[in-house]
Amino acid sequence: MFYREAGDFKTSYTEDNQTFPIKFDRYRYYAVLVFAFAVVPFVINDYWVNAVFLPFLIYAIAAIGLNILVGYCGQVSLGTGGFMAVGAYAVYKLMTAFPDVSMFIHVILAGVITAGVGVLFGLPSLRIKGFYLAVATLAAQFFLVWLFNRVPWFYNYSASGQISSPERTVLGVPITGAETAPWAAYLFCLVFVTLSALVARNLTRGMAGRKWMAIRDMDIAAEIIGVNPLKAKLTAFAVSSFFVGISGALFFSVYLGAVEVGEAFGINKSFLVLFMVIIGGLGSIFGSFAGAAFLVLLPVLLKNALVGGMGWPTDLAAHLEFIIVGGLIIIFLIAEPHGLAQLWRVTKEKLRLWPFPH
Amino acid sequence: MNDMTPEDYTTADGRKIGGVVMEMKNITLRFGGVVAIKDISFDIRQGEIRAIIGPNGAGKSSMLNVISGFYNPQEGEVWYKGTRRPPMKPFQVAQQGIARTFQNIALFEGMTVLDNVMTGRIREMKAGLFSQAIWKGKAEREEVENRAVVEKVIDFLEIQHIRKTPVGRLPYGLKKRVELARALAAEPSILLLDEPMAGMNVEEKEDMSRFILDVNDEFGTTIALIEHDMGVVMDLSDRVVVMDYGKKIGDGTPDEVRNNQAVIDAYLGVAHD
Repeated sequence: MFYREAGDFKTSYTEDNQTFPIKFDRYRYYAVLVFAFAVVPFVINDYWVNAVFLPFLIYAIAAIGLNILVGYCGQVSLGTGGFMAVGAYAVYKLMTAFPDVSMFIHVILAGVITAGVGVLFGLPSLRIKGFYLAVATLAAQFFLVWLFNRVPWFYNYSASGQISSPERTVLGVPITGAETAPWAAYLFCLVFVTLSALVARNLTRGMAGRKWMAIRDMDIAAEIIGVNPLKAKLTAFAVSSFFVGISGALFFSVYLGAVEVGEAFGINKSFLVLFMVIIGGLGSIFGSFAGAAFLVLLPVLLKNALVGGMGWPTDLAAHLEFIIVGGLIIIFLIAEPHGLAQLWRVTKEKLRLWPFPH
Repeated sequence: MNDMTPEDYTTADGRKIGGVVMEMKNITLRFGGVVAIKDISFDIRQGEIRAIIGPNGAGKSSMLNVISGFYNPQEGEVWYKGTRRPPMKPFQVAQQGIARTFQNIALFEGMTVLDNVMTGRIREMKAGLFSQAIWKGKAEREEVENRAVVEKVIDFLEIQHIRKTPVGRLPYGLKKRVELARALAAEPSILLLDEPMAGMNVEEKEDMSRFILDVNDEFGTTIALIEHDMGVVMDLSDRVVVMDYGKKIGDGTPDEVRNNQAVIDAYLGVAHD
């Protein structure tokens, strides 16, 4: 009823260029932001933060990053886990080397370092495409995990080979380590998610995004109208890895606290994030959130429903959970191959005409 | 060819034709053993509509691809605005102000019409990644300024009503027009059109011809086009190059070409006795 452009006149290109051109949409977005920043921190407890919010927020950043590469630039990558590991180890080295510097800066720097590594592994994309590129990025995945396992410098020669995050603060509030309050960890991640989404949205609606999408849709035509494919692809790898690195850094330092690289950042992680992007919708920032929410929340919901609601034994529920999640993914992709974002888009288009569709 | 026409002249309909803006000198292009273009020279003058015609497989599209830098010829030189052009990548050629459309539409299907046409402005939009990321300063300014130019082109080609539609949903005729819009948005010095009327009905052809003439007339854009419809070519163009089997068999005004015996032979065939 309220979701429509009618009567909402744009008188400048700036107004027409904004992210949410429809008034109702814009207010809904502000409402969500206010709710997330001003209400949620006061009501959440440890369980909600660790089971739902932190993984959702952190995976959302990773999904945004991967979506830029796969969804916007069309370069398939299976190296997400490896790049997250780069972010995690970078932030670990920074945290231990410069304990007095704010965590905020460390996480950003970890993203920058990952961006550099991403560009390095993005170089093959100039010659190879599609499945072959996926194999090349798979090499990055295995190489990076091997590297972090084998070179003791990365884990500061600790006996277990693990890295664990010491207590670090932002503005005097502990963000990592055992003393962290749930709301602090949540807010810290939320800030990064919000900034990531904003930056990703700005980049994808501007010239950088157009170049990426041009490469994705028809690389030869893109080159003929003046897109430098080398630069466009490498910026996509850099920006994508930057976000993935940030998510890896947060995943290790804020969420898990201690990490064994092969377990936390293995090939499974790469696939998980890729599934989020595909289920959420390629080439959509909203889709990244939707996909992350779907794959993080669904197992939690199922577990609560099966164990808590129906009283099944935990181990049986855990196995059934895999089957159900897998089945749902297949059913979902058959029903809507373009992901949750497409579903959302269709809903919005219907809403615009509702209640008089003819 | 310069001796055929005086340096600057005005056409019958009052358009000014200037000096040579692009010159192809003895271009030879080979694919392995196949010679696609054999020792062809011709020039394109400022402000004119230059047609390249010839039977199928004559090498017309290859010629256009040489101009747009997609192929680098084995022999010969390309002179552009008075200097010899070294071998270049296509995107470098585009940055010099040569835009083109394709025989089979090469639009970005997943993007809206507006975004497609905006990509044409790539030469003008140089804001850094950081500025784009925060959508402030240079990036925001460029976005608005170039949008104004793009809107002019959109107006001109009468595609306002579809500007927010994803290109994948458009019918063929409109896609052709959007592709022209994308090329025009670059404000090119030379516009290359590869069969702009392929697969169109008479009405659409008339529309497209009108647009081509208007573009040439209003913006003074130099146009080189390939087309199979002889009626269209003869009506639109100032000068015509005729190719057959990779060789140039005729060059001149439409009337000259029409009466050229070699051209007639190539199109109608010759009796072998």
